[in-house]
Amino acid sequence: MRQLFDSNTWQEIFQSISRNKVRTFLTMIGVFVGIYIYIGLSGASKGLDNGFEREFESVAMNSMFAWAQSTSIPYGGYKTGRQLQLKLSDVQTLQNRIPEIQYIAPRNARGVFGDTAATVVRGLKSGNYAIYGDYPVFTRIATKKIYDGGRFINDEDVEQSRKVCVIGERTQSELFEKDEDPIGGYIRLDNVYFQIVGVHKFTPGGGFESDGDIYIPFTTFKKLYNTGDDVSWLTIAAYDDADVVKVEEDVKTILKSIHRVDPKDERAFGSFNLGEIFNRIVGFANGLTFLSLIVGIATILAGVIGIGNILLISVKERTRELGVRRALGATPAEVRNQIIIESLFLTLLAGIIGVIVGALTLKGIDLATQGTDFPYTNPTVPIPYVIGALALMVVLGTLIGLIPAQRAVSIRPIDALREE
Amino acid sequence: MIEIKNLHKSYKMGSNSLHVLKGINFSVEEGELVAIMGSSGSGKSTLLNILGMLDEADSGEYTLDGVPIKNLNETKAANYRNKFLGFVFQSFNLINYKTAMENVALPLYYQRVARKEREKKALMYLERVGLKEWATHLPSELSGGQKQRVAIARAMAAEPKVLLADEPTGALDSKTSLEVMELIQKINDDGNTILIVTHEADIAQMCKRIVHLKDGVIVEDKKVKQVRASSYVQ
Repeated sequence: MRQLFDSNTWQEIFQSISRNKVRTFLTMIGVFVGIYIYIGLSGASKGLDNGFEREFESVAMNSMFAWAQSTSIPYGGYKTGRQLQLKLSDVQTLQNRIPEIQYIAPRNARGVFGDTAATVVRGLKSGNYAIYGDYPVFTRIATKKIYDGGRFINDEDVEQSRKVCVIGERTQSELFEKDEDPIGGYIRLDNVYFQIVGVHKFTPGGGFESDGDIYIPFTTFKKLYNTGDDVSWLTIAAYDDADVVKVEEDVKTILKSIHRVDPKDERAFGSFNLGEIFNRIVGFANGLTFLSLIVGIATILAGVIGIGNILLISVKERTRELGVRRALGATPAEVRNQIIIESLFLTLLAGIIGVIVGALTLKGIDLATQGTDFPYTNPTVPIPYVIGALALMVVLGTLIGLIPAQRAVSIRPIDALREE
Repeated sequence: MIEIKNLHKSYKMGSNSLHVLKGINFSVEEGELVAIMGSSGSGKSTLLNILGMLDEADSGEYTLDGVPIKNLNETKAANYRNKFLGFVFQSFNLINYKTAMENVALPLYYQRVARKEREKKALMYLERVGLKEWATHLPSELSGGQKQRVAIARAMAAEPKVLLADEPTGALDSKTSLEVMELIQKINDDGNTILIVTHEADIAQMCKRIVHLKDGVIVEDKKVKQVRASSYVQ
């Protein structure tokens, strides 16, 4: 220990390292590459992880969608191919029967799946936009960022079937002048005037939604388009600890029983489970992190073994020198420590250079992918991981240094000097 | 300075045991310059190795400057070597990536002398062997005689009680041998105890005492009239 903090020791080590530059360089390459790969890979997987999270941040992770299709099996006296229609009453039934459901938002839409979009007019400007009939609970499942000064549809809007709407950024820019405040303004939506109560900020990754969407209260939608109790689809969020895949099964089972569909009919109701997709992506990212850990550790290990190997050769090469040192009064402990410290120093130096170069590479990739669609954000390696890797190298460097050090000590000075 | 009583040493060579030293009794006073002579296999190097604590005797007593040398472990031997002994080898054994000065300073490093002090002392000893201006040169840039002089400076730097030289002129031509012997005589004149192993008679004649070894026993131990190396130089 005393030797470790002695400047003389370090002078000896620096000299031995700097006078054998090629050997030092070759020794360090292995560990350098190991830690570089480790930092690069785990940073990249973290970046992908962050990227996916960014893509999905606007939607609750344990949410799902369910919609009606047509039957594929005849049942209860009905022919096959019967077109099904979700009803508003289904919402209450599902809520009552499945306790895992936290929020359930029925939604109607126009202009989304091929049908004609609503014509929206303001003064001399007009455009076609998708219209959604919504309940306020929808924002509990998929967050909608509303610009300052505005709001989303609220409960009174629904109760009183108010003619209010939330428009998208694009709608705003197409129907309003740049410095005009749209809040409180009116637009004509399929020949009915609506007051604008908010502008929503578009977040990508939500599937079919766009920055031109217009949201109106569900009840207003019903009157405007005469949809009665029909519901286009249900957006359902389960509690955080619930298994959303099971909820998906339950929802479909109950819908089948309400609508008198064969329980075995797989095509009657469609559903899409974000949780499952998200889990798959998270699993992928986790797998990548794990892979980078394994590859990184294996490469570091290979590098450290390389250091041990080269030090072993170097000890062989320096047998005579070590013998002379022993004859001049170097104790076995001093010789052993010198070689261990040399191994440790080389390992750590190579490791730190690897960390720095790896971090720079990550930064470079981050800059190169910024502003693109590529799901890659803020590729960082957590400090504990870096410290862990360095600690691993310290341990391995010391252990591997023990082998050549022991070899060096086991040679008796008299034999070392006799060797020609 | 050195007291040896009934020293035995044998080496195991496979199943045979080779009895190299068969009861050596021998003592050296302070300030002596002793040549240990003998043909190859007479045990002279073994004796020097035991004196140098590089090897241990099987039986017998060895006292160095009043300190009984026995039951040595490697660490203890290293400390004694560092404190008591200076080594000069036939093949110089300088560390090839260190400059002349750094080589000379090495035993001081193991004595934990501070760097500044080390360098000062090393330069001083290099000056004594006449190589001060070669201080920053690597061994590869020195001639054989110069290398041996650096090695002698290194052996002296630790201020040892005894200087042990194993064939110090063995790898040198006769002219350089004389230079090295002149240096050794000069160091001896300053009061240092020196033991030289050699098989060259003329080198032995330059010492003050010759010990003849044959088949592991001392056959002759006589004081001689020293021939000064400088007398050969024209």
